[in-house]
Amino acid sequence: MKINHAKLRRKMRGRLSGAAFLAPSFLGAAIFYILPFGVVVYYSLIKSPLVREFVGFENFVNVLNNSSFRMAAANTLKFSAVAVPLAVILAILLALMLECKIPAKSQLRTFFLSPMMVPVASIVLIWQVIFHYNGVLNNFLSIFGYDKIDWFKSDYGQIPIIVLFLWKNLGYNMILFMAALNNMPKGLLEVARVEGAGPVYCFFNIKLRYLSPTVLFVTILSLINSFKVFREVYLLTGAYPYESLYMLQHFMNNAFVNIDYQKLSAAAVLMAAVMVVLIAILFVAENFFGKDVEG
Amino acid sequence: MRKAMYALGRGLLFLTALLFAIVFLMPTVLTITNSFMSGTEIAANYGVVFSSLSNTTTYISDQVNLKFIPDQVSFSQYATALLKSPDYLLKFWNSVILVVPIVIFQVAVAAFAAYSFTCYRGKMKEALFFFYIILMLMPYQVTLVPNYLVAEWTHLLNTRWAIILPGIFAPFSVFLLTKFMRRIPVSLIEAAKLDGAGDWKIFTRICLPMCRSALYSIVILVFIDYWNMVEQPIVLLSDAEKQPLSVFLSQINSGEVGLAFAVATIYMVPTLLLFLHGEDYLVEGITYSGSVKG
Repeated sequence: MKINHAKLRRKMRGRLSGAAFLAPSFLGAAIFYILPFGVVVYYSLIKSPLVREFVGFENFVNVLNNSSFRMAAANTLKFSAVAVPLAVILAILLALMLECKIPAKSQLRTFFLSPMMVPVASIVLIWQVIFHYNGVLNNFLSIFGYDKIDWFKSDYGQIPIIVLFLWKNLGYNMILFMAALNNMPKGLLEVARVEGAGPVYCFFNIKLRYLSPTVLFVTILSLINSFKVFREVYLLTGAYPYESLYMLQHFMNNAFVNIDYQKLSAAAVLMAAVMVVLIAILFVAENFFGKDVEG
Repeated sequence: MRKAMYALGRGLLFLTALLFAIVFLMPTVLTITNSFMSGTEIAANYGVVFSSLSNTTTYISDQVNLKFIPDQVSFSQYATALLKSPDYLLKFWNSVILVVPIVIFQVAVAAFAAYSFTCYRGKMKEALFFFYIILMLMPYQVTLVPNYLVAEWTHLLNTRWAIILPGIFAPFSVFLLTKFMRRIPVSLIEAAKLDGAGDWKIFTRICLPMCRSALYSIVILVFIDYWNMVEQPIVLLSDAEKQPLSVFLSQINSGEVGLAFAVATIYMVPTLLLFLHGEDYLVEGITYSGSVKG
């Protein structure tokens, strides 16, 4: 009995100190993010901040029936669905490439990381010079007889943005994969090689499984960054861009500017809900693929 | 024969890597070299793209000209940025006093939280951690209204605190640091506990030192993120006097391309210094070889 008491007391003390370490972060997050988000959920359920009348799901129905919301959601989905997997796959390829015995590795690494430093304003200028109707890319393509297109005002408008996103984020993603490859138990690969496994087999059956926690991690980071690219899109094309570039963030931003809090809150809550589902799926997938390599 | 093939393959691989690397480096080089071009040269090169440049009576090339090396090195853009208007220096200082406290306190708060998420795990904690991830994933436009509301209630709107306080408690570095800290072998922490080390000791003597490179890389990431912020100051700091250079830079109109490159280069210096000093930390991630459990 006595031992149990001591154990219990230690456990309680542990809990207390665990909570104490978390407290500053949690209190701050509660005040600045969680409680206000509760207010947003509340706003999404009432008629207006002035007429606080409960209207159920009316705001959500309105938003879902809104054609610009649908367009924005489809565009955002399309962008993330293309850009995020590309950011993960290309980063793995780059990491594998730099893992091979090639000269000037650390210089190459620095080159790949350099986009992180460039200020947004200068990125925006350079992208305009490249993708403008009279820009570098069109001049280059016209050598091969292609017609000029105004990239940002065409159905291909997402391409320059995807390039921008990859250019900006591949370097750091690559670094994370390189670190993970470095931490991999070398013995296992050695054994596989001795047993006659080829590099392709090694990659898919051994390396990729060990990389799976990193894949999840990089996917989450890339997802965040795929939303952050709105800053560049906005500076390049303004509040009302060509249809192919009209993102959910445009929709919310414009709702904010027009003080349409109901529309904004409903859109925000919907987006949060999609996010919860998506992350839950990613977690389950990671657990499934990486379970026998953990520990 | 086989050896020759191998060497050839390696050579090709290197060339591919080099080609990509150069493409990646290009905008950085462009920003720096173009900042040393005179206004007339910029207008000649980019007049076709930025029509607002063409109202000057200077020569404009009929094809856009992406040039890396200026015909003549000129410091005129820097002279304009640094001497003619004190505005840029003021805004630069604004950036510093917004970003430095955010970086320092966000990382500090996150270090405590990450310790808690690492050493005291349980169902509740995992749920909470998941919640942090969701919070972190919300695009800025979603947290815009919450941030604005809080700033309004607390009468912080249009003060620097409206940006600094939410910045300090942003969940991003909590997530990142927890991911890194959880890679510290559990046995190490258990052993320290058995030897009678308390939380504070484990935190300062084991977790922090082992995460040194992770901490540094988070500092770099958070710094870059806030150093380039545009949306938050526009919404929460309507007072142009207090806005950071990043906002100002993004609003330099396309009639002043050369000036924008010069200011961008100046703005890049702190990031560059952080990078040069800490790139190896960024790469190392965590300094030990052990379980990859994340």
